[in-house]
Amino acid sequence: MTTDQTNDGIDWIASAPKRAKGKRPEYFDDQALDLLTSTTMALAAEVSVLRQRLDTVERLLDARQLVRREDVENFVPDAEGAYERGVATKAYVARIMRGMTQAMDELVADERPVEEVIEEVRNL
Amino acid sequence: MKHKVPPPYTAVQGHGVFPKASHDEAARYDFLANFNNYLAVRLSAGNKRVYDKRVVPAFIREHGRPPETRTEVRLAMNKDPWHRFWSAMKRNSMEMRQHNGRQIALRQLDELDARARQFNEGRATLQLDPSVEIPRYQAVNDIHCMPGSYHGEERPGDISTGANYDSGFFATTAGMVGALSDGGGVAIAEWAKQQKPGWKPRRILDLGCTIGHNVVPIALAFPDAEVIAIDTAGASLRYAHARAQSLGAKNLTFIQMNAEDLSRFPEGHFDWVQTTMFLHELSTSALPKILKQAYRVLAPGGLMLHVEQPQYTEDMPLYEQFIRDWDAYNNNEPFWSVMHDLDIPKIMEDTGFPRESQFETGVVAIVDEKIFPKAEQGAAGEDHGRAPVWNAYGAWRPQ
Repeated sequence: MTTDQTNDGIDWIASAPKRAKGKRPEYFDDQALDLLTSTTMALAAEVSVLRQRLDTVERLLDARQLVRREDVENFVPDAEGAYERGVATKAYVARIMRGMTQAMDELVADERPVEEVIEEVRNL
Repeated sequence: MKHKVPPPYTAVQGHGVFPKASHDEAARYDFLANFNNYLAVRLSAGNKRVYDKRVVPAFIREHGRPPETRTEVRLAMNKDPWHRFWSAMKRNSMEMRQHNGRQIALRQLDELDARARQFNEGRATLQLDPSVEIPRYQAVNDIHCMPGSYHGEERPGDISTGANYDSGFFATTAGMVGALSDGGGVAIAEWAKQQKPGWKPRRILDLGCTIGHNVVPIALAFPDAEVIAIDTAGASLRYAHARAQSLGAKNLTFIQMNAEDLSRFPEGHFDWVQTTMFLHELSTSALPKILKQAYRVLAPGGLMLHVEQPQYTEDMPLYEQFIRDWDAYNNNEPFWSVMHDLDIPKIMEDTGFPRESQFETGVVAIVDEKIFPKAEQGAAGEDHGRAPVWNAYGAWRPQ
C-alpha cells in the first residue's frame, strides 16, 4: 500500500511533487491555462490508472471464474438497471458541464457585480 | 493488426535497491510511456506542419526573409498555439514522471536506505568525499527537471534521488533502453568487443556516471578490468554502488570526485576513458578541461569514447536543430544547446588526439527484443533527447 510514512516522518504526499529548481517556461499568456493543463493531464493519467486497475480486477475475477470478462463485455442491464444507469450518466454530464451551463444561464440573468450588491445590502 | 505498444512497466527488471512500484504507480508510468510516445511519434509531424504552414510564412511576412538561426525558429514557434500546447504537455509529462518516481521512492525510503546500507557500509568500492563541491553548472538548476537533481537528498545519506531517477527511465524512454535501462552500456561494451576482439583493458574510467546504469554492463563485460566510475553527486553514487553490487559488478569502484581534476590518477593510468550522455551537462570551460584531464590519464593505445546525442552542424536543417534543442529551454538542460554547437573533434584534437586517431560512430541501445522494442536508427518521430540512439565521438590514443 502507498499509505505509510518513513520513520522520521518524511511525508511523501507533500514531498513528491516538489518543484525542480529552475524557472518554469510560461506556455500560455494566461497562467490559468498552464495550471489547467497540468490539472487536466494529471486527471487524464488517473483515468488511465483507474481503467488499468479495473482491468486487473476483471482479469482476476475471470481467472477465478467469478465473473467472466465476456459477461462484462456482453452485459445488458434490465429496464430498471438501464434507467438507474441513465440517471447516473445524465447527472455526471451535468456535473462536468456545470461551468458552461451556468455561464450560459448568466447571459440572461439580470445581475450586478458583487461589490454593488454588498453596497446595496449594507444600506438595506 | 498487431499494434506497437511500449512494454508494460511490470517488465522492468528490479535489483537490490530498485524501488517497487504499486499497481497504480506502474499504471501511471504506463500512461506516461504511451503519452510520451504519442507526443513524439504521432504528433511530431504537427510541429513541423505548423512550422511550414504558419510560422515560416508569418516570419517572412514580418521580416521579409525566412528564419536564419534556431533561436529565431524557437522564438517564432513559441508564439504558435499548437506548438505551445504540445510543449506544455511535454513539460507536464516530465513533471508527472518526476512526481510519480519521487512518490515511489519516498514512500519506501526507510526500506530502500536499509537495503542500500547492506551493500554500501564499510565497502572500499564506494569512496565518498563530502568535501567535493557540486559544480555551479550542476547546481544552477535541477537538470532535466529532476527535483533535487543528482545530488538531492530528502534526508542526509539517503538514496532517494537515485531511486527516483532509476525508476523513471522506463517511462521517459518507453522501454527502449531495456529492462535495466542499461541498453546504452550494453551496446558500448559490445561495440568495444567487436572493435578489438580479445581486448583486455586493465583499467576503465567512466566520468559522470550518475547511478551507473551504463558502466555496470561494461564492468560485467570486462570482468578482469578494474573499473572506476566517478561523479560529483554522492547521493547518486550511494544508489549506484548498491545497484552495481546487487547486479554482481564487483570490479567496479565508485568515487565521489570532480572530473575537472583527475590528478589523483597517474598519467596513462587507464586503457579506456569514457562518458555517456555527460558532456551536455557541463559548461563551456568545464568541458575542454575535463577532456584534457581525460586525455592525460589515458594510456597510449587506449580508447576515449564520448556518447552523446548528435551535434548540430551547418547542414542540419534549422527546424531539426530547433526541435532537438527543446530540452535546453523546456527541460532544464542549460548546456545542451551550447554543447551541441561545439566542434568536439576540434576540442579532442586540442587535447592531444590527432584527427586521424579520431572516429565517430552510431550507438543503438541493445535490449532484449522479446520484451523491448529495438530502436530504429533515424526512425521518423524519435523523442529527441531521450532517443535510445546515440552518436559516439572517440579516438584511439596513438602509441
